[in-house]
Amino acid sequence: MKFAKIMAASAAIVGLSVAASAHAGKTFDAVKAKGYVQCGVSTGLPGFSSVDSSGKYTGLDVDVCRAVAAAMFGDASKVHYTPLTAKERFTALQSGEIDMLSRNTTWTMTRDASLGLTFAGVNYYDGQGFLVKKSLGVKSAKELDGATFCIQAGTTTELNLADYMRSHNMKYQAVTFDTSDATSKAFDNGRCDVLTSDQSQLYALRTQLKNPDSAMVLPDIISKEPLGPVVRSDDIQWFNVVKWSLFAMKNAEWLGVTSKNVAEMKKSNNPNIQRLLGTSGEFGKMIGVSNDWAYNIISQIGNYGESFERNVGMDSPLKIKRGLNALWTQGGIQYAPPVR
Amino acid sequence: MSNHRVNDTPWWLNQRVRGLLAQLLVIAFVAGFFAYLAYNTHVNMQARGISNSLSFMGQEAGFDVIQSLIPYNSTSTYARVFLVGLLNTLFVAAIGIVFASILGLIVGIARLSSNWLLARLAGAFIETFRNIPLLLQIFFFYFAVMQALPTARQSLDIGGLFFLNNRGVYLPRPVPEPAFWAVLAAFVIAAGLTVWLRRWAHRRQDLTGRPFPMFWVGLGIVVGLPLIVFFAAGMPLGWSIPHLRGFNFQGGFAAIPEFTSLLLALTIYTAASIAEIVRSGILSVSHGQTEAARSLGLPNRRVLQLVVLPQALRVIIPPVTSQYLNLTKNSSLATAIGYPDLVSVFAGTALNQTGQAVVIIAITMGVYLAISLTISLLMNWYNHRVRLIER
Repeated sequence: MKFAKIMAASAAIVGLSVAASAHAGKTFDAVKAKGYVQCGVSTGLPGFSSVDSSGKYTGLDVDVCRAVAAAMFGDASKVHYTPLTAKERFTALQSGEIDMLSRNTTWTMTRDASLGLTFAGVNYYDGQGFLVKKSLGVKSAKELDGATFCIQAGTTTELNLADYMRSHNMKYQAVTFDTSDATSKAFDNGRCDVLTSDQSQLYALRTQLKNPDSAMVLPDIISKEPLGPVVRSDDIQWFNVVKWSLFAMKNAEWLGVTSKNVAEMKKSNNPNIQRLLGTSGEFGKMIGVSNDWAYNIISQIGNYGESFERNVGMDSPLKIKRGLNALWTQGGIQYAPPVR
Repeated sequence: MSNHRVNDTPWWLNQRVRGLLAQLLVIAFVAGFFAYLAYNTHVNMQARGISNSLSFMGQEAGFDVIQSLIPYNSTSTYARVFLVGLLNTLFVAAIGIVFASILGLIVGIARLSSNWLLARLAGAFIETFRNIPLLLQIFFFYFAVMQALPTARQSLDIGGLFFLNNRGVYLPRPVPEPAFWAVLAAFVIAAGLTVWLRRWAHRRQDLTGRPFPMFWVGLGIVVGLPLIVFFAAGMPLGWSIPHLRGFNFQGGFAAIPEFTSLLLALTIYTAASIAEIVRSGILSVSHGQTEAARSLGLPNRRVLQLVVLPQALRVIIPPVTSQYLNLTKNSSLATAIGYPDLVSVFAGTALNQTGQAVVIIAITMGVYLAISLTISLLMNWYNHRVRLIER
């Protein structure tokens, strides 16, 4: 029995170390060679990454994976998805099981500095909020003293909530679940009074309740949650591809280039558009992809605004307003460095 | 074989030397293999800039845990989180082992009962719960039983003292007053007295053959003496009764539904297996033994207690040890329903907050190994004690 345990333990360690050594080379070259991007997404969060009725992955986070595939291969469909729980995500990326993580992940200093990972940008500015049953008659987070909270394990949410309740001298109980499904089910069944998570997720989870109208999102926001794609820190070229794929989508929106007009825009004499779409300059080559990389992204996925409205905005069941996620020219803080 | 011949044989043909060499080689190979793994993992993690040390254990955890047997809040360290998780695991495992043993014993004996209905009911219980995966049972007790209970404001109320709702089971909690120590002292004295009396009764029975109603007298002393002191001291015990305030019940003793459903599932699942082991143990005692005991005029209860069970135990204990180990390890399924056990809070939340996957998983595996080996050791020691001593 002892022997069996030792064997099991060693098998686990072998798994880790083999995974580590097998991908010691450059991620960029490895992705290029295998011909697809292995992208880590959530186990199902409507609007960000979920499987639709035809079995296809869709969502704002999924669009980042697809944009990278479009930049790399000229084909947005060359993505393989790995659904991950919040607990599994960083280990999966560290061990090389996935090439990039695009799973509503909050950019924090600890995660940037101590995990061997780097955040490649922000595709959604979020903040932590509260979803409560209307029947409780609660109007503000300040009235939640003594309440029970449902949380998803291993998220910044747990830490923010602890900070908030401590600094406001309120008592609470936190029930922590592994998946967002279990979390919302427990909230639905009345195990807890409040479900707390990033506000965007609350809108998504609310649509899954038995009776969405029985719950409401409180106006309070208690934290900063910049969500974005993550890569390993050991390959700056791959980091650049992911980062600039996201920037290309934002720049396209700023320049008014959409999936519908991108073919005509190729003839535009605006130098910014020419550089973005590869009709002038060698910008694609600089990061190791073809010069029409951004053209491929925009024609197949659309610009950032299109992706936002389609997945979480007014064209989706979530109906989230642009808010902070509008471009800086329209009162938001989404901004991308220029292609030049 | 003469001495002369042995001395003639060159050492590399000596069977003992060869055997020893082979074993050394295997050990060196295995040790080298593990050393390589550890080294390789370390180097690769360093190369990726993943910090890899135990220093995180002293950092502030920053999150809360719903059930803790020791003082804990969000400013406590990760080392404290580890301790909280470990105690929660041991807590549910220890209570589960006690309940599963009692229930298993009862069901196992019931299945052998000559009462047709009782035997069939026990059989149905065993076949049902032994053959449904444990995780499903945990989900069943959690989502279908505990969460189907009414909400806190409409909770089931038993005499205004006990409350049952989807937030947990609430019981009155005794609050000892200062004079309560006298009752505890009386209990210790009574226990000592009972042990002494038992020895005396044994000796008297050995010498004269006259039995002494040890069980009832012992029970009388252990319960009676503290009770007398309790009333003499003016009942120094208050009660904290649970009452609804704000969102939840306050006061009293609360068992969270995650704990209750995990305990129920672990107990019932393991009890079903233990019942079968008990049955096999009892059946292994030959019928002649029972008949001989009966012909001596022993009543049925004494036959079971003095003749059958002591012999059956020798068959029962080794497989029951495995069941205890299984129960302890199965308690890690807690993470599925959010009971804060070691896997859930340490190998789950703490791992994710710190990113120290390799270190934390290694520690967690080591802890389970240590718990299992300890249980194994205790049970082997007990098995050694009850083994057949030939006279």
